[in-house]
Amino acid sequence: MFRRRNEISSTSIQYRALSDQALIRAFVLPTIVLLVFVNIFPLFWSLVLSFTNFTAKFPLVWGKNPKFMGIGQYIRILSDPAIWVKFITTAKYVLMSVGGEMLLGFGLALLLQIKFKGREIITTLLVLPMTMSPVIVGLMWKLFYDPNWGMFNYLLGFGKIDWATDIKYNLYASVIADVWMWTPFVFLLALAGLSAIPQYLYEAAEVDRASWWFKFTRITIPMVWPLLLVALIFRTMEAFKVFDVTMGISGRGATAPQLLSIYLYDTAFVNWKTGIGSALGYIVLIMIIAITSIFIKYLNKAKQ
Amino acid sequence: MKSKWFLVLTVGLAFILGLTMAMVGCKTTTAETTAAETTAAATTAAAETTAAETTAAAETTAAGGEIKIAWAQWAPSDYLQKLSEGFTKETGVTVIVEQVPWETFVQKYNAEMIAQNDTWDIIIGDSQDVGAMATGGHYVDLTQWIKDNGVLDSFTPASMTYYAEYPKGGGKYWAVPVEGDALGWAYRKDLFEDPANMEAFKAKYGYDLGVPKDWNALKDIAEFFNDPAKDFYGVAIYGDNGYDSMVMFVEQLIWAFGGDIGDYSTYQIDGILNSQASVDGLEYYNKLFKFCPPAFNDAFYVKTNDAYVAGKVPMSANYFAFFPGLANEATNPYAKDTGYFVCPPQKGRDGQTRQFSALGGQGASVVSYSKKQDLAFKWLEWFIKPETQMEWAKLGGYTCHAATLASQEFLDATPYNPAFAKTMEIFKDFWAVPEYSELLTTMSTTLGPYVISNKGTAKEALDACTKEWTRIFTDAGYLK
Repeated sequence: MFRRRNEISSTSIQYRALSDQALIRAFVLPTIVLLVFVNIFPLFWSLVLSFTNFTAKFPLVWGKNPKFMGIGQYIRILSDPAIWVKFITTAKYVLMSVGGEMLLGFGLALLLQIKFKGREIITTLLVLPMTMSPVIVGLMWKLFYDPNWGMFNYLLGFGKIDWATDIKYNLYASVIADVWMWTPFVFLLALAGLSAIPQYLYEAAEVDRASWWFKFTRITIPMVWPLLLVALIFRTMEAFKVFDVTMGISGRGATAPQLLSIYLYDTAFVNWKTGIGSALGYIVLIMIIAITSIFIKYLNKAKQ
Repeated sequence: MKSKWFLVLTVGLAFILGLTMAMVGCKTTTAETTAAETTAAATTAAAETTAAETTAAAETTAAGGEIKIAWAQWAPSDYLQKLSEGFTKETGVTVIVEQVPWETFVQKYNAEMIAQNDTWDIIIGDSQDVGAMATGGHYVDLTQWIKDNGVLDSFTPASMTYYAEYPKGGGKYWAVPVEGDALGWAYRKDLFEDPANMEAFKAKYGYDLGVPKDWNALKDIAEFFNDPAKDFYGVAIYGDNGYDSMVMFVEQLIWAFGGDIGDYSTYQIDGILNSQASVDGLEYYNKLFKFCPPAFNDAFYVKTNDAYVAGKVPMSANYFAFFPGLANEATNPYAKDTGYFVCPPQKGRDGQTRQFSALGGQGASVVSYSKKQDLAFKWLEWFIKPETQMEWAKLGGYTCHAATLASQEFLDATPYNPAFAKTMEIFKDFWAVPEYSELLTTMSTTLGPYVISNKGTAKEALDACTKEWTRIFTDAGYLK
């Protein structure tokens, strides 16, 4: 390498003058600058705005718009009973959708461990919903749910229930679509985990005449648990901020499930309440970080 | 040597950073200037911009030029594009009417204005948004231009108040009325005039079946025709509350029953929006909504028209701008048998009869950031001419030009024009304050569950809305 460099022209001698450290900096710097502008600066700027009453729609008048409110915006959000309804609805959504995905995904992975003809094709087909755009999934399910001619009511015999926009059912409508779309994600991770379990463990259990339940709880679950936790972390984070599927099915307003993400959108981009929207965004961020940290703690334990 | 390279790289990046910061700074400075001086400054800034751009614009005009008008995606935008061909012939200036889907229209032009973009030279925006756009410095103050061109005398006073003026009664104008829309009704004359129906109706309700004389009669008719077993329903009205559809229907009922959505001069809400008369109006909506076809919770103009042309309902409410589809035999098999009527009056519990129609429609405003304001004003001058207004009406546009509206030619032009002309006398608008989008979202989410899903009571829903609106007005500094 050195010999070759020494052999070539004087132009490369100039390059040689750039030390490895300088070269590293030169390559990394543009990325850092880009990150600062695209990620870090907006993050900190939105943090600053979250302590103000800034409304993007109105003219910028320092001291008035934005006006420093301290933690006033946070107190106002957290003391508003209407917000807590949205927190609870979002929690219900996360529990139902992630719970459903975990159960179905893991169940399907267990089933597809059995070797039979066409197993590969079924595996591929099962993954398809995950490859679709969430907005398309939302709009497609909106059509399925149509009480006049949608397939959902027709096939399941639910009569004329308006799943998409009736406030009694709209949350379930979004949960069902979310489970349909993201069960394959859990299924894939679980299948990978199951395939990685050494066969000799089951053989040893067989020798000891262990029951199916014993093998399942003492070998399968502990071995696949770290991957299921990864799936749980990703799905919880995603479900917490679900937006596109729900917007596609139910739109906004009273006919849509009162989720935090939709409220955040309305606050920041319909009413242009940038300050309060930023504060709400940070509250959601802190909640997601807190929940994820708990899962990661368990994940580290499971790895050990 | 290596430090030299690093220095060159750092300086280069610092230059790029500095350039970006400077550009951001320029934007902020403009924003601050506009902001500090609010509405009045917007005019000055716009005038300065006009002056600064005069030379360039003059060159543009000499070369013909082009202006872009933003409007929603619907038939009137097509009519305006067609109408503007006359302007192009006259001046050589090309007019492009850019159509934005209704669902994202208001949000899209708000975003463009917040970014201070010159994407469009004219925005034909919603009437409720005038306050926010004027206060934000996004629209050019047209007061002097309107006075100079006699627009106040040639257009109906109500249209100038609701489409152009902010604050209401303040004498400042920001738009020229383009599409004077409001809610009206279409009905199946063949069903209403069917002898068997007439006889059965009279036997049941004790009076003749016909164009409803009040809202109570309209509900009776809806109930009479409602027959879900035969997949036929009583009425098609709005249920959607993603934007303003449900709220517009709610407000006209509240007004008709003697209530109100607040005091526009004092911003007082409590005791007005949640008054018993307002409760009556909201309860009525809930009762009438029960006669809609299934899946009407998200019904807006498309669904109401669709239900009508599919023969599922005997009558439907919609903005007049969507009636051309019902009058066209190619799109409505019942076109020949379709009649039109204005929103009926109603006697309130105080014994007084009131009649209102919720205002739709839009006015044309010149964008403060446009570099072709001279061409935009030229287009406005051409648009307000009586002959252009008559042509606009003939194409299907809903003019607010008083002389055109009163002409026999206009009244005979379409089957729904007489109802439209009458509606122009009874329309009233929602709050046009800068906080209107927040008021709209709040009203949709607080009243929607009661209207479409029977959750709670009308009083509870209105109390919740009153509380939120009072908070919004207190935060905005209108209320102490």
